[in-house]
Amino acid sequence: METEESKVVFSYPQGLARNPTHYCPGCLHGVAHRLVAEAVDELGIRGKTVGICPVGCSVLAYKYFNFDMIQASHGRAPAVATGVKRARPDLYCFTYQGDGDLASIGMAEIIHAANRGERFTVIFYNNAIYGMTGGQMAPTTLVGMKTSTSPTGRDPGLRGAGYPIHMAELLATLEAPLYVARCSLLTAKDILRAKKAVKRAFELQPQGFSFVELIGTCPTNWGMAAVESLDWAKTHMLPVFPVGVFRDRLGESAGQEG
Amino acid sequence: MATEKLLMKGNEAIAEAAVRAGCKLFFGYPITPQNEIPEYMSKRLYEIDGGHFVQAESEVAASNMIYGAAAVGQRAMTSSSSPGISLKQEGLSYCAGSELPVVCVNIMRGGPGLGSIQPSPSDYFPATRPGHGDFRYIVLAPSSVQEAADLVMDAFDLADTYRNPVLVLGDGLIGQMMEPVVFKDYEPRAFDKTWCASGCEGREKNIINSLYLEPSVLEEHNLHLFEKYAEIERKEVRVERYRMEDAEIALAAYGTTARIGKTAIQALRAEGLKVGMIRPITLWPFPWAAFREAAPGLRFVLDVEMSMGQMIQDVRMGVGEACPVHFYGRVGGMVPSPGEIVARVRALAG
Repeated sequence: METEESKVVFSYPQGLARNPTHYCPGCLHGVAHRLVAEAVDELGIRGKTVGICPVGCSVLAYKYFNFDMIQASHGRAPAVATGVKRARPDLYCFTYQGDGDLASIGMAEIIHAANRGERFTVIFYNNAIYGMTGGQMAPTTLVGMKTSTSPTGRDPGLRGAGYPIHMAELLATLEAPLYVARCSLLTAKDILRAKKAVKRAFELQPQGFSFVELIGTCPTNWGMAAVESLDWAKTHMLPVFPVGVFRDRLGESAGQEG
Repeated sequence: MATEKLLMKGNEAIAEAAVRAGCKLFFGYPITPQNEIPEYMSKRLYEIDGGHFVQAESEVAASNMIYGAAAVGQRAMTSSSSPGISLKQEGLSYCAGSELPVVCVNIMRGGPGLGSIQPSPSDYFPATRPGHGDFRYIVLAPSSVQEAADLVMDAFDLADTYRNPVLVLGDGLIGQMMEPVVFKDYEPRAFDKTWCASGCEGREKNIINSLYLEPSVLEEHNLHLFEKYAEIERKEVRVERYRMEDAEIALAAYGTTARIGKTAIQALRAEGLKVGMIRPITLWPFPWAAFREAAPGLRFVLDVEMSMGQMIQDVRMGVGEACPVHFYGRVGGMVPSPGEIVARVRALAG
């Protein structure tokens, strides 16, 4: 409660429902959810926001956000969001997707929604693995990284398993996107930067397409403790997926680090 | 306006009827023989306030775009032809699971696989026994351009009434031929949209979802869907009984095949054979009762299809043991002539 002597500086975001999540200890989905909820709160758009949740670990995000939610089939969240925004351009809409959902089965949907400049925001949680299904290789899995379907490590050579796909860089080759950024959730400082990017992405929605990739972890399927997973991501993921703003059409920070 | 008679291609009449029924959003993907629907919509919808046409990246995407548009409470349609409908089954299953009112048009072509682009109504099974999971579409099967236009308008109201996908099932012949059409005056009705996920201002949040991880809860959801389907089966069966008053022999046919069958019936009647036709207009809910009631007075039923025999399963369910059910079919885009049907009936009648 606020008095003359004290004021509230931190509280539960209105944009988050007061439900316990099913996420594993050390998972950063909770942080990413909170950043979205805070952006929605600060922009005062909770009453006209529609979130689209994917298939994967965040499939139950409709329980965790405290505004209207639509659950999409695997990879199709950008198509569903296209339907939402074409029908109701006055709403704010975002998709919340993981790497298997967005960069594998949903590659066509994300590329074409971005290319059309659809007026919604994509929050892309990249932890280089399929979480919900039990730790299979993702399109963003690092070369040499062991998963349940790349048991000897992702091998682009003899096993033909390909290389990690860089979604932010890929989307930044398109003409239409207004804002494309990659941020990390691995330190407190990174989280504050990520928050700015998420908010910026939402702010730009009336004008066009915005995309924020968030580098996160998966302690469970990486087989690591929470802190260890943060260190591993810093050492191994950030060199492959460098943070930065790859496109900011309406701003001046294009090309600078986010 | 209602008396204005226009000469239109079936595909264009379908598109225009949708617009007149308040469909402002169309999401499509090119595939022959339905291309005139997206082409027409790409012009027409931009003459309307709030209208949008999107050429989707795939049929899969288009079927998920109508899911999104319906989730926020707007009328939306997509269309395709047989191979593309296979891809739309994903989005349509989600629409059924989430109880979203959408309309999809299938202008059928030959199959399986890439098949051909000729009219070949051989998607009766996927239309009436659709996609993954336990659900139904309402399936409307026009046999003329006029009926296609009428049924498309009805499709939107049926979708909204039952919060369920409605499939309009034509074929390359219905889609491509030109016939006179008079668009009926469409009377917009108000439907409950309080369930939509269109912003929670002033209310609790809404969720559009087909995920129920708890088996007992999913069972409850499925039972709820089937209560709805039972109501549809009670109230929405549509069937045409053509010259059945004194019929001793009945053809069973839908869509394009039924048109040809009617010509055959005229020839057979001229020969003194009392032949009629039971034409299902709703393929689901199927008019089993129409067959059950007629069958005891019939020598036999001849099921005529442009497939190897799909609807015949439902015809047999309706007829039971009351009389024999025979079959005549052409496939691959080959259209049976009235003469072929006449010869078949004549041979069976002995």
